[in-house]
Amino acid sequence: MPTAGAARVGVVTFPGSLDDRDAQRAVRHAGGEAVPLCHADPGLHGVGAVLLPGGFSYGDDLRCGAIARFAPVMRSVADAARGGLPVLGICNGFQILCEAHLLPGALMRNTGRRFTCLDQRLRIESNRTAWTSAYDEGQRVVVPLKNGEGCYLADEPTLDELEAQGRVVARYLDVNPNGSARAIAGIANAQGNVVGLMPHPEHATDPLTGPGDDGLGFFVSLLKALV
Amino acid sequence: MTEAYAELGLRPDEYQRIRDILGRTPFDAELAMYAVMWSEHCSYKSSKVHLRQFGDLPASDVLLAGIGENAGVVDVGSGLAVTFKVESHNHPSYVEPYQGAATGVGGIVRDILAMGARPVAVMDPLRFGDADAPDTRRVLPGVVAGIGGYGNCLGLPNVGGEVVFDPSYAGNPLVNALCVGVLPRERLQLARATGVGNRVVLLGALTGRDGIGGVSVLASATFDGAGGPANRPSVQVGDPFTEKMLIECCLDLYDRGLVSGIQDLGGAGLTCGLSETAAKGGVGMRVELERVPLREPSMEPLEVLTSESQERMLAIVPPSDADEVLAVAEKWGVVATVIGTVTDSGRLVVTWHGDVVADVPPGSLADDGPVYDRPRARPADLDLLRVDDPSALPRPTDLRAAVLRLAGSPNLCSRRWVTDQYDRYVLGNTVLAQPDDAGIVRLDEESGLGVALSLDGNGRYSRLDPYAGAQLALAEAYRNVAVTGARPIAVTNCLNFGSPEDPEVMWQFAESVRGLADGCRALGLPVTGGNVSFYNATGDVAIHPTPVVGVLGVLDDVARRTPMGFRFPGDAVYLLGTTREDFGGSEWAWAEHRHLGGRPPGVDLAAERRLAELCAAAGHDGLLSSAHDLSDGGLAQALVECCLRHGVGVAVRLPGDPFLALFAESVARAVVAVPPGGAAAFSRLCAEADVQVTRLGKVGGETLDVEGSFSLPLTELRDAHESTLPKLYG
Repeated sequence: MPTAGAARVGVVTFPGSLDDRDAQRAVRHAGGEAVPLCHADPGLHGVGAVLLPGGFSYGDDLRCGAIARFAPVMRSVADAARGGLPVLGICNGFQILCEAHLLPGALMRNTGRRFTCLDQRLRIESNRTAWTSAYDEGQRVVVPLKNGEGCYLADEPTLDELEAQGRVVARYLDVNPNGSARAIAGIANAQGNVVGLMPHPEHATDPLTGPGDDGLGFFVSLLKALV
Repeated sequence: MTEAYAELGLRPDEYQRIRDILGRTPFDAELAMYAVMWSEHCSYKSSKVHLRQFGDLPASDVLLAGIGENAGVVDVGSGLAVTFKVESHNHPSYVEPYQGAATGVGGIVRDILAMGARPVAVMDPLRFGDADAPDTRRVLPGVVAGIGGYGNCLGLPNVGGEVVFDPSYAGNPLVNALCVGVLPRERLQLARATGVGNRVVLLGALTGRDGIGGVSVLASATFDGAGGPANRPSVQVGDPFTEKMLIECCLDLYDRGLVSGIQDLGGAGLTCGLSETAAKGGVGMRVELERVPLREPSMEPLEVLTSESQERMLAIVPPSDADEVLAVAEKWGVVATVIGTVTDSGRLVVTWHGDVVADVPPGSLADDGPVYDRPRARPADLDLLRVDDPSALPRPTDLRAAVLRLAGSPNLCSRRWVTDQYDRYVLGNTVLAQPDDAGIVRLDEESGLGVALSLDGNGRYSRLDPYAGAQLALAEAYRNVAVTGARPIAVTNCLNFGSPEDPEVMWQFAESVRGLADGCRALGLPVTGGNVSFYNATGDVAIHPTPVVGVLGVLDDVARRTPMGFRFPGDAVYLLGTTREDFGGSEWAWAEHRHLGGRPPGVDLAAERRLAELCAAAGHDGLLSSAHDLSDGGLAQALVECCLRHGVGVAVRLPGDPFLALFAESVARAVVAVPPGGAAAFSRLCAEADVQVTRLGKVGGETLDVEGSFSLPLTELRDAHESTLPKLYG
């Protein structure tokens, strides 16, 4: 349960968001207060960070995330993100962040052409973001992955820049489940406040309902940053 | 020239009955309405006389709604109720695998929604022809993608199911879908229209020409082989995003108390929804059909009445609440339209721009369809099959190779190629999912209250003895739930059979229902509902009789569940139950010799009950690190699965004849791991429960080691177990 004065983390629900309640639960697990935010309401209600959860916003019409990007709440999120508000996009949330140009590159159909649900091993590549400071660089974690369009692509100069600036946040280990360029599982913006992640750390916060609690660090990192 | 009624699937005597009911020649729309409602799929006309046995089972104090509702509802305590049901979508999935399977999921989810529940998980029992048959390669990938495409997009975890290969299903795959939902007890909804003046509101997708006559053309006739793709317009097309919005909209309407009755629109579309709600409420209805929002404006009234367009619900709401209902729907982006009014006329009157296109007693469509007690005959080849005993089959001299071959055989190999295409994590309450014995879903985060579910069936056993086969399916589902520590409380079923017009099939069906009803009586479980799918045949050849039985269990605290895999080196491994010479219909006989003959394993429901009580008690006392039921492939397969779950090996010494110990499929058995220090207490519980217990060995190492016989490195075993389906399907 959140303690009095706990950090308030907004979790946006778009039509077709599916992992929104799971993201709220993960925030609570980490000791924060989860604040539901509605796609149609531009207000951010004083939250200290925003989470864009997984799912199929607007039924993945046009392209994943292409319509959500224009939701009223996203204008506020984009403005606040440019001002330094910590924002984490998970799966569909990552797709939305790319569509909104808050992160570079795009997420395409998995090269295996199938939806894939796995307990995925990852290596944390950078702990210099608002969402990964609780990890050691090089730390190996297991976090569920579940997507049909999770193949991260960007042009070579962009990829080189991401690598050079330490903005690759996490990389797939063992297998590259969706054919992502350089096995990239997540990236950050230049300031490190906006992170997009294809795997679902919110499903690895309790060993009873996930493969373990390796994902909790993303939420703990944020709460540390907000204190 | 064929008569119009015959083209719609009606018989001459059925047509005459319609004339008698109406006292005149039916209008075109009326004829179409009777054709779909009196189809086998909707009317259960061939199965009704047998299914009554389920209703005659002793009253259950947990059953809140049962047979005849959209889905059965059981009380699980703490003010919560659970509803679950399994349905078939076999023929559509053969014609158009992706959409057929996808809309199968969509349909069962709406059944659960209609009871007032939030859907919380799905499961899919699937059966195909031989794994390497060309048609299986066409159908299976599409079916799996369709189930995933729809269920993943709805945000429902897929927590279990089956994948079975047998040539009997070539040309007629079985695609069954189960959904489970949870509701506060007081939110229970019923599919009843009451209150003269109440409004009839259609919610959800626009109505189009898809799925017209699906129940009569596709579901209630045997394929002639060539008819497959030509029937494609009879298959519905799914839109999971619309369904997701419809779910949220309906739950919002329930919570606001705005709905007095609700029914999902599935088979037979509006005709079914209107006539069933009116008949159940004992009222009439006046419907202005031109108000139905159409995808295709040129549709005829009879098409609007029988379209099976997906993602639609029919709600009955008080006139004073109608505006609020429409406003709530708009908030969720759901199209909602008042299309009619409840009347006291006792007639369902449908008009089209002022002209009456149907004027019928609703009960004559919904309840008074024909009922047939069809002729039954014991299959002529049954005695021959039964004397062809597997005892004469050559037994393996190299047990190591046999274990490896079976672990990689199509029916026993890893299902990951399939299940990795399903989201098992969404909603964050999945405690166990495939490949564990049962799916476990947490319902209440505070108390840990949850449910366990398993679905099982074995067509080969049922082919050899349909009475025993149904009980074996029940016993396996019951055991799968029980080994997790859950308390089984209710049963559902999906009965997949050939043509009811074939007396041998009808005998198989009657025997199966009798077996299942007797089995449920012996286990003290109610049947909460079910589904019958007939006409599963290719040409004249029926599928194996395939009753798929689902058992629901309750766990007071899911944190105490027992998983299936070995985890802790040093744990003692025990075999529970008694092993007998049971090879009839076994996976060993089939996979190694393509042999099907003899008698299936002997049923022992009293032993199943004792095993269940033991597993619940030992799990509760923390005496079990793992428990895994023994079924297809026997102890050998169970050990393989226990080892591969977490990559932890085992060393065992087998009692008696090692071949018998490894591959017999005797019932009421499980393999368990007991932590050090627990042995004495566990033995005491076994003695109290009167369950035979045999110490096999110890968990640990990186091999499956059978003393004096063989040692299999887990890497080699995993490769054999996991490579089969990827090699076949890419």
